[in-house]
Amino acid sequence: MKHVDSKAKKYGMVIDLDKCTGCGTCMVACMAENNVPFKKDETDKRLSITWMRVFKLTNGKPYPDNEICYLPRPCQHCEGQHTGHSPCVSVCPATATDYDSETGIVSQIYTRCFGCRYCMGACPYHARYFNWWDPVWPGEMEKYLNPDVSPRMRGVVEKCSFCYHRAQLAMEKAHVEGRKELKEKEYQTACTQACPAGAIVFGDLNNPEHEVHQVAQPDPHHHGRPKNPNAFRLLERLGTNTKVYYLSSREWVRRAGDNYLDSEGSASHE
Amino acid sequence: MKVDRRSFLAFGVGGAAGTALSPLPWKLTDDLSIWSQRWPWVPIPKDGEIRYETSTCTLCPGGCGIAVRMIGERPVKIEGRKDHPVNQGGVCLRGAAGLQYLYGPSRVRTPLKRVGKRGQGQWARISWEAALSELAGKLKALRNDGHPEGLACITGKDRGTVAALLKRFMTAFGTPNYFGPATSTHALETAVRTMTGQEGPVGFDLEHSDLVLSFGSGLLDGWGSPVRVFKAVSHRIERHAEVIQVDSRMSNTAARADRWIAINPGTEGVLALGMAHVIIAKSLYNQQFINQFAAGFDAFKKIVMADFTPDAVAGITGAAPGVIAELAEKFSQAKRPVALCGRGRGMVPGALSESMAVVALNALVGGINQDGGLRLLPDPAYISWPEPVMDPVALKGNQAPRLDGAGDHPVFSPATPNRFFDQLRENAARTPAILMVAEANPLYTLRDTQAVEKTLKQIPYLVSFSSFMDETARQADLILPNHMFLERFEDVPSPAGFSRPFIGLSRPVVAASYNTRHIGDTLIDLARRLKGSIAAAFRWTNYETCLKETLGRKWDGMLKNGYWMNTAASPVSWNTLFKTRSGRFEFNGEDMAAPPWKSIHVAAAGDSSAFPLVFVPYDSIRLASGSVGNAPFMTKTVPDTVLIKEEIVVEINRETAGRYHLAEGKKATLATPRGQVTVRVHLSDRIMPGLVAMPTGLGHTAYDDFLAGKGVNVNQLIGPAKDPLSGYDAAWGIRAKITKA
Repeated sequence: MKHVDSKAKKYGMVIDLDKCTGCGTCMVACMAENNVPFKKDETDKRLSITWMRVFKLTNGKPYPDNEICYLPRPCQHCEGQHTGHSPCVSVCPATATDYDSETGIVSQIYTRCFGCRYCMGACPYHARYFNWWDPVWPGEMEKYLNPDVSPRMRGVVEKCSFCYHRAQLAMEKAHVEGRKELKEKEYQTACTQACPAGAIVFGDLNNPEHEVHQVAQPDPHHHGRPKNPNAFRLLERLGTNTKVYYLSSREWVRRAGDNYLDSEGSASHE
Repeated sequence: MKVDRRSFLAFGVGGAAGTALSPLPWKLTDDLSIWSQRWPWVPIPKDGEIRYETSTCTLCPGGCGIAVRMIGERPVKIEGRKDHPVNQGGVCLRGAAGLQYLYGPSRVRTPLKRVGKRGQGQWARISWEAALSELAGKLKALRNDGHPEGLACITGKDRGTVAALLKRFMTAFGTPNYFGPATSTHALETAVRTMTGQEGPVGFDLEHSDLVLSFGSGLLDGWGSPVRVFKAVSHRIERHAEVIQVDSRMSNTAARADRWIAINPGTEGVLALGMAHVIIAKSLYNQQFINQFAAGFDAFKKIVMADFTPDAVAGITGAAPGVIAELAEKFSQAKRPVALCGRGRGMVPGALSESMAVVALNALVGGINQDGGLRLLPDPAYISWPEPVMDPVALKGNQAPRLDGAGDHPVFSPATPNRFFDQLRENAARTPAILMVAEANPLYTLRDTQAVEKTLKQIPYLVSFSSFMDETARQADLILPNHMFLERFEDVPSPAGFSRPFIGLSRPVVAASYNTRHIGDTLIDLARRLKGSIAAAFRWTNYETCLKETLGRKWDGMLKNGYWMNTAASPVSWNTLFKTRSGRFEFNGEDMAAPPWKSIHVAAAGDSSAFPLVFVPYDSIRLASGSVGNAPFMTKTVPDTVLIKEEIVVEINRETAGRYHLAEGKKATLATPRGQVTVRVHLSDRIMPGLVAMPTGLGHTAYDDFLAGKGVNVNQLIGPAKDPLSGYDAAWGIRAKITKA
């Protein structure tokens, strides 16, 4: 067993779907931050690498009662029923993806990955993407690449890292300044920072002073299930114990987040 | 030793188990990944210390403050400036993708001279000296012939020093043919000018409004200064304010609004007057404003009471009379209501009376220059150069009539670029000898693309200042590429719809990557080559000194903060606000022969029996529809209900689709009186029956492989409709038919 520091962080996100406008800035900010490649044709969404993807949900009603809701989906950074038992981490034969018990972030180490794609099959959120081709940056676009994130190569799986390199930079800065703890907004993901609607909040779910904790109100006795009645997690009943919480004042949206057959009921709001 | 079947199997199984328990498989997988991945062509970006440079984004009229993350001299990411009054930390997806424009393959990297046929894309790279002397030679010849008015210029920007320099160049040269853009901002400013006598930008105090009533304005689809508007809409939840969206399809704005009112497209102005009817009938208007500060109210009242009854308005708009009354009551009873106009992103000006109707609605509730309302901002008026002295040739040339016909309408509109092409078609003899195009792409953005292209080809000499190889630049004879916004200084006054007097400063965060030049420097150089009174009008050594001199005392602060804002200025009170001759708010506008409300309902062109449906373009924040197209990252976010491979997907009501036997994702032929294209259909439950909606911003034929050839340009299918009052393009759609392919 790994030693778990008593001050271990559990970085997580709360996305307010009442505020999300579906503009897609989070997707682009993520691509720009993380050197995500792009191709001439990106309309086949199964092959389109988007660490953050905005989905469009609908209540399925006919005109004019139809409603939609946009749902941004980064990697959910599942903790599982016991620390580190994430669906993807459990199946990786190369330890290319791992659960960091210090931060709660599920990592992806590209140089270890040999492309078996078990993790993609295991991930219930389709948050993982495979590089079928080597990346190409046309013109002189290689010049804008961010040195803090290594460009990936053909044959490996990639996914959202909660901008872990930003955590590293923030921690380095804190270390230089002689601090052991980061301030609340010192480490933010690129999508959180960019969101023009202010729909995303990021912080330490373990820290009762952090906004994410206060909004989501994770219940430690039920693997972090939110106590806020408007909050939900995707596919709660799978027990993936994710660190991305969603807020919606609309009942049908919350139900859509826990998508089961009608006869199965819902786990998050029994 | 005898190897029997049992020991053979035992050995095999034992060996396999032993190998699996040894480190060998793990070592092999590790090696496998190393062998398969260490390809030399995977770039390793150069590392270095991180610093931030601030500037102002000019990719749209929003004027957001940006912080560019730099590694050494290399920009690696664009983020929003937290301490900027306009966007306060956020950024939009276009701004976030800004570096793709800087280094993209469609940049024009050096002056180019056409060598092949027009539009063939065969160029000779030439020096700036050769390019400028060629252009100066052609310009001199025009003046020597005594016809300087044969020079015309289309520009996509009409604010700030760059636009002022262009205009000055044209005046000093001797031609009135300087055409700025015509958008909904211009229509609104024209409406405000004729109703209040005020010249200057118009803002909306969205942050303090408790009821935002949007007549089709795409608040979340790129209207105004997008990030600022996004924030205002999203934070209304905490402020307990409401947003009501009037729209014929569920745009992103309608989807996130508190209420969506579906009305027939193109009838927004009619609905506004229907609401005015109810407000007047029930005496819900602001008595003080109407009695003391308004003029023409009785005439307005008479027309509205007679022609815009809830029943009549319901018949045109499709909104129930009860809904109209409810909206009117709600609007007049809100504490700080505001009504907005400009369809979608506001790229098309629309009929002047539509903007006037929305201004009138704001005036009825006394919402002008009040908290949360419509704001008339003083013109920052910082460009106070002495008038250029014109020589006799220039004086004569400036007397010639404008080729876009601006000025021959009851209400003067500053520019009507669509009419420039219309008029040339009607009278080819007036074709200018030289057309300069700056920060504009008329071949993509103007209605009736095919006709514009044909007319453009008649013009003997086309000069483009574009930074990118866009549709218009590709037809040019000479390209004098401008710096990209991250490489140049520029003042960015009055972000669209911002409610305070503001000037942003765009500044170079990176040295010019290619052999490009600031358009300001190009103009100063050209003027010098033309000598005489033209050179005398351009005495600056270069653009930077011109900008510094012009901003004067503001310069140091702007260099430090990145912007200038007049925080002290409080809105002018009604007592002194109105500069009309009556000194009051003119409900029907000044200098109108008759009240303007007859022309408010613009019908879709086309015969309804041959074209039973109505085609409406729609704007989306993920698709840039102006002169500069999408960056690859933006196109990547476009959903597969909008674009499938190269094919555009149109939205059609599920029931309507059933009538034409159209199925989800299947191909169809879409025809309008202006053109015919093949599309795929998406059956939607979020659009009114009888409509076909297509996104703007696709269908580029120029730029790079990441944009060109994808989808259809809506302007291929729509022609302009001339507003009788102003000459602005009033077309919001066109009739159409769709058949299974």
